[in-house]
Order: sequence, then structure tokens, then C-alpha cells
Amino acid sequence: MNLLVCISHVPDTTSKIAFTDDHTEFDASGITFVMNPYDEFGLTKAMHLKESNGARITVINVGLSATESTLRKALAIGADEAIRINAEPTDAAYVAELIADYARDKNFDLIITGRESIDYNGGAVPGILSVHLNLPFVNACIGLDLNGDQATLVREIDGGKETLQGKLPLLIAGQKGLVEEKDLRIPAMRGIMMARKKPLTVIEPSEATKQTMVLNYDLPKEKEACTLIDPDQVDQLVELLHREAKVI
Amino acid sequence: MKVLVYAESWNGSFKKSTFEAIHYAAEVAKLMNAETVALSISGTEDHAQLGQYGAQIIKTIENAALETFDNQTYAEAIIAVADEMGADTIIISNTNNGKAIAPLVAAKRKAALISNVIELPESISPFTIKRKTFSSKAIAKYQTHSDKKVITITANAFGYAEGDSSASVESFDFTPQETTPSLTSLSVDSATGKIGLTEADLVVSAGRGLKGPENWGMVEELADALGAATACSKPVSDIGWRPHSEHVGQTGIAINPQLYIAVGISGAIQHLAGVNASKNIVVINTDPDAPFFKAADYGIVGDAFEVLPKLISAIKSHKASI
Ligand SMILES: Cc1cc2nc3c(=O)[nH]c(=O)nc-3n(C[C@H](O)[C@H](O)[C@H](O)COP(=O)(O)OP(=O)(O)OC[C@H]3O[C@@H](n4cnc5c(N)ncnc54)[C@H](O)[C@@H]3O)c2cc1C
Repeated sequence: MNLLVCISHVPDTTSKIAFTDDHTEFDASGITFVMNPYDEFGLTKAMHLKESNGARITVINVGLSATESTLRKALAIGADEAIRINAEPTDAAYVAELIADYARDKNFDLIITGRESIDYNGGAVPGILSVHLNLPFVNACIGLDLNGDQATLVREIDGGKETLQGKLPLLIAGQKGLVEEKDLRIPAMRGIMMARKKPLTVIEPSEATKQTMVLNYDLPKEKEACTLIDPDQVDQLVELLHREAKVI
Repeated sequence: MKVLVYAESWNGSFKKSTFEAIHYAAEVAKLMNAETVALSISGTEDHAQLGQYGAQIIKTIENAALETFDNQTYAEAIIAVADEMGADTIIISNTNNGKAIAPLVAAKRKAALISNVIELPESISPFTIKRKTFSSKAIAKYQTHSDKKVITITANAFGYAEGDSSASVESFDFTPQETTPSLTSLSVDSATGKIGLTEADLVVSAGRGLKGPENWGMVEELADALGAATACSKPVSDIGWRPHSEHVGQTGIAINPQLYIAVGISGAIQHLAGVNASKNIVVINTDPDAPFFKAADYGIVGDAFEVLPKLISAIKSHKASI
């Protein structure tokens, strides 16, 4: 089986988000970048498929050279080959088109992405990519079982889940549930050594179109100090929620 | 000119987020001097009611092939209506289904997709609009020069009002193409009767401070007394005390209800990212230094096991008095 896992390189979840003085760019100084948490679930799922069914795993990222640390980590976890498309991932339509141009003639049986990346949270790349490659698309995928080329998939719906049946090739956008948190793979020493010998190929971007741009950023308004209520006076809280906040 | 809004329904009936999306679309249409067209697929409720939220024309599609949701065929249906009506701007709710359709509609129409939108556009030409980024830790102003756009709006960010305008309801003939790559739905497993977390106005959430799943009875009782949905912190869902679908935060569901009550949750940065857009936050925690108090509007430093029973009875007597 031939698997493609799309990996995004994002600020660590503990990052305090800040911008340059004119608020036009994200300030990456002092920020640690990591593999997008949703993609970790996807990569681990790919590893499970490799171990149970036999598969070749290619990981791909659209980004500048700084993202190679994340691709190396994916190789250390067990991917066979990494591709970096050398472009700034500033727009979802653009990123999806670049990945599509790479993937089009490679006959991938399954493409796994994360539901969204935790920096721009567009949730757009997977769906757009599926259109370019004319593949069925399952968003918020929390379960996948393969039997030959028959796939049983579970996706999250508002307030529940839906089980679907489909046939490879297809594209899923995964999250927790695809594999469990406790099963997430981390690189072991042997993996890190082996990763050094695995191919990480840099390719130049094709001609792709950008649809959007960011003019500037802002931080949400700061909260005022919190009103403390005595634990023996919970009636006061109810009163405040009723009269002041007007929510009950 | 037309603005098209997808009026999502669930088991035939419309959701609150649908009314919000229609209201939002109608406000965008005003800015564009355009008409608002709502599209309902396999909805069984009274369609004319959508007029109250600002739809002027309501297109309905009834076709056995679209009885169950399929993102590809639904996207195609939306495109077919948009093409016929000449609608360049399409509004979709940021629900799970909405998120599964919006990128397909955008890519097939070569439209710009702007998701997680929280406000009306600041300008129509060039189209400039704010959306949430960095897991709600920041807001970004986006611009597109594309004539065609697909906008998904965050639930509870915009609200809606009921008016008394009327709308015409027209059926639309649509047959899916054979070549659409599609999937078959085998079963739907939904927690019926429960309030959906993303569109809930009130949410009661609990964390590791509750010590074990056997203690969730009081959390549910508080939620029931309020008419609230229940949520939890990530470790609570990781250890299986609560279902994954309740996990809120940076790597779970992002919510912005009118009221978020956090019980025994420390307020880690990843948790806050998903909930700090809530309009009112109440924190109940034994530790006065818990970081969550910095993000709270109201706080009680106290033991959940003592505070919750009192709060439940106070809410019940308040409810009984109004
Ligand atoms: C990559 C990554 C992503 C993450 N994403 C998320 C996310 O999306 N959502 C999320 O929630 N977390 C997320 N986390 C985890 C986050 O960092 C915290 O570990 C988590 O939010 C803590 O959960 P908690 O507050 O329930 O537990 P704890 O941090 O253990 O806090 C328990 C709190 O309960 C209080 N308490 C104890 N007993 C009582 C009592 N009797 N009455 C009242 N209060 C009491 C304590 O004072 C404490 O403040 C993520 C972490 C990582 C690394």
C-alpha cells in the first residue's frame, strides 16, 4: 500500500502568540515548532497500517527549510520518505494545489491529513486537495478499518458519529480517535539513526494560485479582573449570572 | 446579485446555527445590495420560517439520493444552485458537516475559502473579513480579491434575531452526477436529546479535579438544571472518564457559549485556547492560583464536591422563581 501523510509544522501548543510591531506578521522568535498534533494521529495510523498490511509511507510538507526538523521526526517515527515543497504555506488553496501537483501521478491508495493545523485552523487543505485529486473525502475522521481496498470509516458529526463505507483510494482528515492518544508514536534512538539515511527530497513549487492574504493580526481583548464569590454564598453567583451577565 | 446560504438541517429540522448563518448571510447581502437565497436539502420542517431570519428566496431540494448527508453530493447541490442563481458569495455554518462541504464547494468553484469567521466583512471590495486563528489565541484580518468566496461562520459568534419578513419557497431540481466520488453511510450514532456542544448557549465543563467518572452525576445535574451542554478537559477524555466528543480546547472542540462553567479545570493554555471566547466564564477550583481565574469573569475558590450541590439547588430555586 502506498500512503501519503501530510504534515504541518506549527507552534507548540504552549506558545504565547505574539506579532511583529506592526501586527502584520507572526513573531516566531522564542517559539518552538512541532508536528501539528492532528497529524501525529495520522502518522501513527499510517504506522499501524504499515505494520499490519505492509505499506510505504511518504510524508509531505509545504514549507521553508526550518520545517525539516518536523519531517525528520516523521522519518524517525517510521515514514520511509519525506518531501518538502520549498514554499511558504501562506494560503490553504495554494498549499493544497502544490501537494496535489506532487501527488497526482503517484498512485497513493490513501492520503491522511490532520483535520486542521493548529496555527491557521483553516481546515481547508484536506478538502481542497481531495477535489484536485478527485478522491472521496472524510473530514474529522475518528476511525478507519481496511479490508483489502474496502474501507470502513467513522467520522465525527455534531453530537455523535457516523460510520461510512468506501473504497480506496480516498482522503481522510484525522484527529484523536483515529488512534488513541496513548498509542501516539515518538521517535526512538534507532529510528532517529535510521532517519538520517532516509531520503528527504526538496522540490520547488509548481505554479499555484493564492486566494487569500492576511492583512494583520490582533490578540483577543483581555478580560477584566474576575469577581470572586464566597463558596458559602453561591446564591450571589446565581444572582450575578441572572442580573449582570443575563445568561440565566 | 445573490448571497447563497446553506440551511443545514439535522434529521429534517433546522439547527440554531442555521438561523445564525441565514441572519449572517442576510446582513452580508445588505452590504452587497444583494438578495439572500437559502438552500435547504432534505429538510422536512416548514421552510418559510427561514424568512424570519432574513432569507428572501428559499430553494429546496427533495431527492432520495440526498436523503442522507454526503459531502460530495451536497457540495455539488450547493454549486448547482449557486450557478443557477449567480451567487458568488456562499455562507456555510462551521459545523462538522459544514466543514466537510465548504472546502469542496470552494475548490470546485475556484472560490476563496475563509473559515472560522467571527464578524461581518469590514469591506466588500476588496473583501476584508476577520477570522479566528492560532486556535482562538488571535484574530486575523483576511483579504481576498477573488470574486467568488465561501465563508464559514463560527457558531455563537454572531447571533441572530427573528424578523417578520416573508420568503418565497421554490423547489430546485437536482440529480447528482454518477462520477462524483462518494461514500455510503452505514449508520449514524447520535446522542439524541442532548444539547450539541458547539452551538450550546450554556456549557458546564469539568476536569481532573473531579477525581473520577463516578463523580460526573453532579456535573450532569448542574447542566440539566441550567439546560446546558457538558464538556471536559483533554486528560479527562484521554483516560476515558468522558467521551472524546466532549473534549474542548486547542486540540478538541473550540466553543464560545454565553456561559462556560469550568469545574476542577486548571486552565492550561491549551484548554483556554478553545474556550476563552466564551462571553462569561465561571471557574470553580480549590486552588486560588489556578491560571483559569485570570481568564474568568466569576470565580469561586472552593471544593467542587461542596460547591456544586449548593449551586445546583440555588439554580433550581432560581428557575422555580422565574
Ligand atoms: C499538545 C497538547 C494539546 C493539548 N490540548 C488540550 C486541549 O485541547 N484541551 C485541554 O483541556 N487540554 C489540552 N492539553 C492539556 C493541558 O495542557 C492540561 O494538561 C489539561 O488541560 C489539564 O486538565 P485539567 O485542568 O482537567 O487537569 P489538571 O491540570 O490536573 O487540573 C485539575 C484542577 O482541578 C483542581 N481541583 C482539584 N480538586 C478539586 C476539587 N475538589 N474541587 C475543585 N477543583 C479541584 C486543581 O486545583 C486543578 O487546578 C493539551 C496538552 C498538550 C501537550
